[in-house]
Amino acid sequence: MNYQELGLRVGVEIHRQLDTDRKLFCHCRTSPTGDEKIIEFTRRLRETQSELGEIDPAARFEMKKMRRIIYRADPGCTCLVEMDEEPPHRLNEEAVRIALTVARLLNARPVDEIHVMRKIVIDGSNTTGFQRTCIVAMGGRVVVDGQEIPIQTITLEEDAARLVEAKPTYVVYDLSRLGVPLIEVSTAPVITSPEQAAKTAYAIGKILRATGKVKRGIGTVRQDLNVSIRGSGITEVKGVQELDLIPKIIDYEARRLNHLLGLVEKLKQRGITPEMVQSERPIDVTDIFASTSSKVISRKLAEGGRVYALRLPGFAGLLKSHGDEAVRLGRDLSEYAKAWAGVEGIFHSDELPGYGISHAEVGSVVTRLGLGEHDAFVMVADRQHEALEAMEAVRNRAAEATVAVPGETRGPRPDGTTFYMRPRPGSARMYPETDIPPLVVTRQLLEEIESSLPPTLDELAARLSERYGLSRQLVWELIDSERLSEFEELVGIGVQPSYAASFLTEGYKELRREGHPVDEVSFDKVKEYFRLVVEGLTAKESAKQVLTYLSHNPEASALEAVEKLGLKAPPMEEVVEQIDRLIAEALSAQPKSDPTGQVMGRLMKTYRGRVDGSLLNELIKKRLKLLREGRE
Amino acid sequence: MTESWHGYRGLARDLLISAGVDVGDEVEVVKPDGEVYRGYLMSRYEHAEEGYIVLKLRNGYNIGIAITKDTIVKRLGPGPRPAFRRPEPPHLDPSLPRVSIVSTGGTIASRIDYRTGAVKPALTSEDLITLVPEIAEIAYVEAEVLLSKFSENMTPSDWDVIARKMDEKIRNGYSGVVVSHGTDTMHYTAAALSFALAGTPIPIVLVGAQRSSDRPSSDAAVNLVAAVRVAAHAPFGEVVIAMHDWHSDDVIAVHRGTRVVKMHTSSRDAFKSVNARPIAYVRDGEIILNDQTVNRRGGDGYSFRPGFSDKAALIKFYPSLGPGIIDYFLDKGARGIILEGTGLGHVSSEWIPALRRATSMGVFVGMTSQCRYGRVNMYVYENGRDIMRAGVTPLEDMLSETALVKLMWVLARASDLEEVRNYMLTPIAGEMSPRTLPTRMRPDAA
Repeated sequence: MNYQELGLRVGVEIHRQLDTDRKLFCHCRTSPTGDEKIIEFTRRLRETQSELGEIDPAARFEMKKMRRIIYRADPGCTCLVEMDEEPPHRLNEEAVRIALTVARLLNARPVDEIHVMRKIVIDGSNTTGFQRTCIVAMGGRVVVDGQEIPIQTITLEEDAARLVEAKPTYVVYDLSRLGVPLIEVSTAPVITSPEQAAKTAYAIGKILRATGKVKRGIGTVRQDLNVSIRGSGITEVKGVQELDLIPKIIDYEARRLNHLLGLVEKLKQRGITPEMVQSERPIDVTDIFASTSSKVISRKLAEGGRVYALRLPGFAGLLKSHGDEAVRLGRDLSEYAKAWAGVEGIFHSDELPGYGISHAEVGSVVTRLGLGEHDAFVMVADRQHEALEAMEAVRNRAAEATVAVPGETRGPRPDGTTFYMRPRPGSARMYPETDIPPLVVTRQLLEEIESSLPPTLDELAARLSERYGLSRQLVWELIDSERLSEFEELVGIGVQPSYAASFLTEGYKELRREGHPVDEVSFDKVKEYFRLVVEGLTAKESAKQVLTYLSHNPEASALEAVEKLGLKAPPMEEVVEQIDRLIAEALSAQPKSDPTGQVMGRLMKTYRGRVDGSLLNELIKKRLKLLREGRE
Repeated sequence: MTESWHGYRGLARDLLISAGVDVGDEVEVVKPDGEVYRGYLMSRYEHAEEGYIVLKLRNGYNIGIAITKDTIVKRLGPGPRPAFRRPEPPHLDPSLPRVSIVSTGGTIASRIDYRTGAVKPALTSEDLITLVPEIAEIAYVEAEVLLSKFSENMTPSDWDVIARKMDEKIRNGYSGVVVSHGTDTMHYTAAALSFALAGTPIPIVLVGAQRSSDRPSSDAAVNLVAAVRVAAHAPFGEVVIAMHDWHSDDVIAVHRGTRVVKMHTSSRDAFKSVNARPIAYVRDGEIILNDQTVNRRGGDGYSFRPGFSDKAALIKFYPSLGPGIIDYFLDKGARGIILEGTGLGHVSSEWIPALRRATSMGVFVGMTSQCRYGRVNMYVYENGRDIMRAGVTPLEDMLSETALVKLMWVLARASDLEEVRNYMLTPIAGEMSPRTLPTRMRPDAA
């Protein structure tokens, strides 16, 4: 794919949770304690009408659903502020400092006064119906492969509640995450290739991590991608968690947008206008499917549903893929129907007969709709209300397809494709958060930040590799796995640096690959285990075994794991006795040769993972020496 | 200090005025170091620091820009002007019960100007049903603005104005009236209306919001829908407050106007019935009666008795508070005092001479408890008996706020102390009862 020819333009927004003492607008901790009884309450949100008399398209989308919202609040980390039962507290200054540090590292210029805004979001992910957000700095740049990518804004915002469950009539959110500080760094839409976008995200991520004040782990990083090609609207792909997915998603979007642009041309050539599409009406064709062998349709009919069909004039052959299997208008239409009406999907004429729908049934629909040679149709089976809503969503999207490729908010799939989520929000959905006074960014604050700038990760890597004698590669693995502080803690209690580093990177990676949930083991336990190693109560060879055990037995302590696995070191007298016995045996068999290797082999069979190998080796030498001295 | 211009003072004000810009205009601000900012000029919070200009950027965010005398402000042109296109309001059905919505302050529904952040209240019936269309399915509503006051600024003469308006609505045959009101003193107004409109044949429903109506999560609409439902369909004629029962949007509690207080500064479920149960709940669009002693709708016991005297005071006793406060109010010409005493109804025994002085001058002194829950009983301790002997009247299980409002109402119609005392001890609007039931403070009990 020639991205340059397509006029590909990408902007990335990197969101990262900050590891602060408290949330952005209240005094709750940023993670649950896990020992409080959960409170559950229900709400509904309604769009506040703007003075323009217009309802934001994204807000209308949610309003249309008018779902009941169920919130779960853990009193250990949520208070009345997250429940929208108390005005917000003042902006968390620690978070502001981190954001200003990032701004400095990106050479952005801080605003003189920070104004908190309310950004309308009524899907329920914010109890207030808006997300609080503020610009901390503007401008700046990040250098990627020698090229400067301009930064537009650096903002601080409150993270949203976590979606637990979504059903057509209700949604459930967990409030623990709501209010955790998020920093957002947005680049200008100047990135021209998928790889460059991934590198930009990585480079910004490195700067955020250099502050040492970002959270890590699943869900703490989210990347939004704004993708367009020449002539298309902008797709905003929300919440991409893995860096590896970024190029795949951009490539997919470029292909999808290009395909849709092609269809606009074809429909224009065929003389199809939006009005022609909008004048079509869905027709009830339930009777045609009275004895259908389509499982989906017969199930829907048994549940009291109806089948509706809608003619799409001039769309014949345009709904299916044109060589690129992953991109087809039919799929997009189906996603609109799912998102707007909550139906399971639609059928379209380019893929029929099929899915158990017979040739004869298709023929009857064609006749009923009065379909011409160039016309296509879509069909849905569901309860009447949902079915009609689905047909309306499809008709609106199809009408638009005749003139333009619309901007959309889409979600990522793990395979690098995307799906339609909702319209892009309008620009007029922000207004001031009047409950929070503006915060002046003082000269003194900026000077404090200047004088306490953290080293960049490159500087840090050089420093660490020197201090601990580790290879650069190992150091970068530590940095990228974000386990630096843990590494330093282990070294601090006496674990050998190279061992600590490779255990925290390779060791974890290997166990993760084997499917053990090792990332869920608290680091305190890992540290407790290594303390046992340092004290000689077990051997570091047991590390992986113990970590595996702990990952499956969250209740167990490190000592319990060691004992349970039989990895506790025996008393030294026992080991020494054993060594002496083995030496005696070896020497009586072959008096002339050095017995060390043989003795070591037999010892390790008994003590592997319980006693450190190098300690055993040393003991053998010591006992041999004593023995020889005794003989002389 | 110079007069402020859209919240701007000093240098910022002068700079903006001399540049000829208006709030909402697109402007360019050039700092002495050459940095250029473009955006729409916003008004400034009155109490924010001087020396900053607030711009709304094209991306919707506001930022503050520090200015010096070398900052250049240039007007680029007018910003986008809002052209409000009113959506088609739902159709009003004249066959439904007729309900009047009387606004006294606080905004039960509003539109927001995203451009400036300004909130515009919906004041006409049309505006209201456009924003909360559900009410058009419940009642044939008419809206009118009576007062426009923050509730902390309400006075007994405002209660009188509202009471007269209610009487007019009753006489004009409305099925019910909804009164939108700021929440801070809503329970005082509710008590006042309860006495002035005792025996009302229709529901008078006070309603407010703890989250302002310009936000999507506002409780205003849910409370309003429930209030209209109660006004239109409740089987009782009572003055009530309809507000959230708990943090959830699904249950609205209906409290008797003389038995309710605001118990929380910010939460949706701030209003609680004390020493009584809510008389009803509204849940899933249904009114569930919770009290069989209600005055039934259309009863003939109504008598309109407006008028409140401001010659009454409420004193909260605290350890070390001396009796001088009594003399202070006597000097101010008070004709009645409600004490909010400790426990079963006590003030320091040092107060007894002052209390005796007051009652012997014909000033009514009534005792309530700062415990809120429970009934005063001044026979248990000797000090209580002494206070009673000084002429203080124990006021049973009446809330101190209700007792104050009742006293203001009584003083407007009783001539001597004996008559005042008789009135105060005679239940008029369910404000007191001889039975005390277990306190139900569990928030989830509905």
